[in-house]
Amino acid sequence: MSEKASLDYRIITDIVEPNSRVLDLGCGNGDLLYLLAKVKNALVQGIEISEEAVYQCVEKGLSVFHSDIDSGLTDYPDKSFDYVILNQSLQEVKKIDLVMDETLRVGSKAIIGFSNFAHIGARFMMFFRGKAPITKSLPYRWFDTPNVRFLSISDFKDYCAVKGFKILQVRYLGKKNEVSFWPNLFALNAIFVIQK
Amino acid sequence: MTLKAENIGLVKQQYFTFGEPPDELKLDSGKALGPITLAFETYGELNADKTNAILVVHALSGDAHAAGFHEGDKDPGWWNDMIGPGKALDTGKYFVICSNCLGGCRGSTGPSSINPQTNKPYGLNFPVITIADMVRAQKHLIDHLGIKKLLCVIGGSMGGMQVLQWVASFPKSVQSAIPIACALKHSPQQIAFDEVGRQAVMADPAWNEGNYYEGEKPERGLAVARMIGHITYMSDKSMEEKFSRKLKDKDYSFKFTTDFEVEGYLRYRGDNFVKRFDANSYLYVTKAMDYFDLSGAKLIPRAIDVRFLVISFKSDWLYPSYQSQDIVRQLKIRGVDATYCEINSTYGHDAFLLEVEEETRLIKHFLKKTFHGYNIAR
Repeated sequence: MSEKASLDYRIITDIVEPNSRVLDLGCGNGDLLYLLAKVKNALVQGIEISEEAVYQCVEKGLSVFHSDIDSGLTDYPDKSFDYVILNQSLQEVKKIDLVMDETLRVGSKAIIGFSNFAHIGARFMMFFRGKAPITKSLPYRWFDTPNVRFLSISDFKDYCAVKGFKILQVRYLGKKNEVSFWPNLFALNAIFVIQK
Repeated sequence: MTLKAENIGLVKQQYFTFGEPPDELKLDSGKALGPITLAFETYGELNADKTNAILVVHALSGDAHAAGFHEGDKDPGWWNDMIGPGKALDTGKYFVICSNCLGGCRGSTGPSSINPQTNKPYGLNFPVITIADMVRAQKHLIDHLGIKKLLCVIGGSMGGMQVLQWVASFPKSVQSAIPIACALKHSPQQIAFDEVGRQAVMADPAWNEGNYYEGEKPERGLAVARMIGHITYMSDKSMEEKFSRKLKDKDYSFKFTTDFEVEGYLRYRGDNFVKRFDANSYLYVTKAMDYFDLSGAKLIPRAIDVRFLVISFKSDWLYPSYQSQDIVRQLKIRGVDATYCEINSTYGHDAFLLEVEEETRLIKHFLKKTFHGYNIAR
């Protein structure tokens, strides 16, 4: 695998079995899908709202639909994909319930990666400086953030319990490596594998 | 990184005739037509395996002359920006074919052609044709060229409909499809604009029930039809940018002459069109578009192995993006490998001829992947 790939991409590539059918919601410039196709021979499809990012995907030879996440899933038949990925895009989703239900209808499993709002750095900024947190995984200021959702690892676990989603695997990410100690405090990002 | 794009030099039109009685082409209407001649041009070289052929299908007023120059001509073919060495349809790699549609008037058999039974132009004795009939005729040409499977069928507007029809009619003969600025079916609005155009032609006394080939032609009617067409090809914004309320002279004339630049433009376009287009062809070809309906499961009745690149334009109100998204919906339902992009253009429907840079970025790489196979790592 490419040494340059970021930690979350390496972990997701590790999770996905070879030859899987994968849909990436908010696939950006397609780097993750490209990696999955190359390393795991996955059959990949992206959905992306940015026109420029769509061009970049096509330049990599990827298939991608120019669409928002909220309306991108409805037409797919049940279980069209082995995995549906929402990596760093859940925070920008408006209709969370609809998208999560649709994700687990269209995909057998979902891989959800998001920034942990309860990371110690965020807590420090809130507690001592009294400011909306800006961390390595949440780099935006309050007025320029694309995020509309701010959640912690514990929040997402609670959500899965309420929705009846089965958590198959959770990976906690630090700056360079995975973390295992008090993840809701020390993990910058988390990647969940869930199933309905 | 990219090769410097070059123009193709001189090109020549070729002709292919088939369907001599009793082997006439069976039409959707139940009638049969033959013999049929198709005018076509080719650019680039067909490879030994015959796997690099791309069929370009033209829009309502297009013709077989898609690229390069005809002897003595100042202007190149209608999609010259997209076809040539190093361009989106790279003639250094691919063999590009473009034919004038059945029912047309630019070298292929249509209502202005001579009916062999009467030795006079067909006029309204020409059978009503459909987009599927156009594609059936093209299939004969492709067979004649010895091509079993086209690498790609590509076209905008009515060309896009023919692309979709190729997939519906001959899915095994198509490796990839690029429908641009088109629809699965003509909407009532699209039919309405076509009908107004047809009525303009038929209201011209010179039309004479389509029997005008020996006398005065219904030029006023056809020019008005074309003027309406041009309005629908532009956007409110592109018209504002191009014309605003600019006047041809200093002040209003207080007469019904062309005061505004936009009026002058439409008249110029209309007057030019009648020089190269047959009024009866306009009736037949617009009717074929109006009959077009591959909605629902008709596009892909069973599983197919065709890759798709669907392109629409944000300001196109004649073939709005939602119609391209309808195509995408069918592809998702069928699990077809597809890419969709809505290009952020202000040119309206005309954008498919003008947004060369964006289209090139998409089409060039899409074709590259189609040609080199599905393995992304290659």
